[in-house]
Amino acid sequence: MPSLKDLKNRIASVKSTRKITKAMQMVAAAKLRRAQEAAESARPYTERFNAVMAGLAASVAGSPSAPRLLAGTGSDKVHLLVVMTAERGLCGGFNGNIAKLAKQRAAQLIGEGKTVKILTVGKKGRDSMRRDYGQLFVGHVDLSSVKQISYGTAQNIARDVLGRFDAGEFDVATIFFARFENVISQVPTALQVIPAAFDEVEGETTLYDYEPSEEAILNDLLPRGVATQIFAALLENNASFNGAQMSAMDNATRNAGEMIEKLTIEYNRSRQAVITNELIEIISGAEAL
Amino acid sequence: MADMMQFDLVSPERRLASVQASEVQIPGADGDLTAMPGHAPVITTLRPGVLKVVHGSGNDEYIVSGGFAEITAEGVTVLAEQSMHRTEVTQEIYDKMLAEVRAYHAEVREKGLDANGLIDDAAKLISDMVAMGDHIGLSND
Repeated sequence: MPSLKDLKNRIASVKSTRKITKAMQMVAAAKLRRAQEAAESARPYTERFNAVMAGLAASVAGSPSAPRLLAGTGSDKVHLLVVMTAERGLCGGFNGNIAKLAKQRAAQLIGEGKTVKILTVGKKGRDSMRRDYGQLFVGHVDLSSVKQISYGTAQNIARDVLGRFDAGEFDVATIFFARFENVISQVPTALQVIPAAFDEVEGETTLYDYEPSEEAILNDLLPRGVATQIFAALLENNASFNGAQMSAMDNATRNAGEMIEKLTIEYNRSRQAVITNELIEIISGAEAL
Repeated sequence: MADMMQFDLVSPERRLASVQASEVQIPGADGDLTAMPGHAPVITTLRPGVLKVVHGSGNDEYIVSGGFAEITAEGVTVLAEQSMHRTEVTQEIYDKMLAEVRAYHAEVREKGLDANGLIDDAAKLISDMVAMGDHIGLSND
């Protein structure tokens, strides 16, 4: 049985934890709103871009002069997994889920006899992948100093990835991130970026003149497409992280509240027991006289 | 034929403009071109330069760099990697952009990455950038 003083201390400590989680929840909520806005405002660009690219890609598909970023290297021996997670934890299963998906994919590819290389973005993913796949790491991008995710951030990652592709380090690149569905649901997603895959164009397509040539445009745009997709994924990830953190902190706050209630009842009960004890002592003392 | 068309200018980070325009001057990779309502469908890449929009209530000028423009009879959509309104471009921002392309040029030259005429491309990027600076009256030092 803990003493009264112990109980009092525990209540005080849980109360201060609740204050912290409550504050973190509110900060995450505010950040989530901004992250969602950023993801929204990036959407028109990504959508138009993909639509045009899909049209272009369809028109050169199958031609021998199709760029390597689109047609691939002709083999799929070496896979690069770009695992994008957050820099920080306290966000429920967010980082773990992305890492889990990436691990599954890595295990599957290795099982098929492929070579796997891993590039991590964000510290948490790196930490949780290290134990099983640490020897496969080829690089890490640190985002802890990045306050606001800008297109430049994505460009730097894309440049890194494209540089490795040009150097022939891998054949297929897949990015892992969490798609933001809503505050309580973030879906870990794998998206292949190299060779580029586009959704089929629906409906009627316009016949465009291309200036300069289709191939020149594709050569110019495909690397930008990689950056665009990474940028969109980073923004989704950021929104997901804040959403996950918000609901995790909300749970933590509620748990702390329950715990305080329980501890307070226990505290009152033992205080009552002490008082009863004292009363019995006084009464039996008086009777003895 | 309608005398107005939809004009959209979007960058990865935000939508800069969405207006009805009567005329859009685009700095295409192969030279400037002006799109008016009813233009034949064209997709062109952009070089760094000034994009000018003529709409009902006057003109607007934007600095664009990297990306492409999609022109149809009904409208023009410009997707630029970097884009801002001309009045937002200060000497400081311009210097930074110029420094970036110069650094890029130096980098490809140093590494000897002349695979697809990359060095020439980078050199052209610089001259485009300088021409743009001249046009909007900023110094190129």
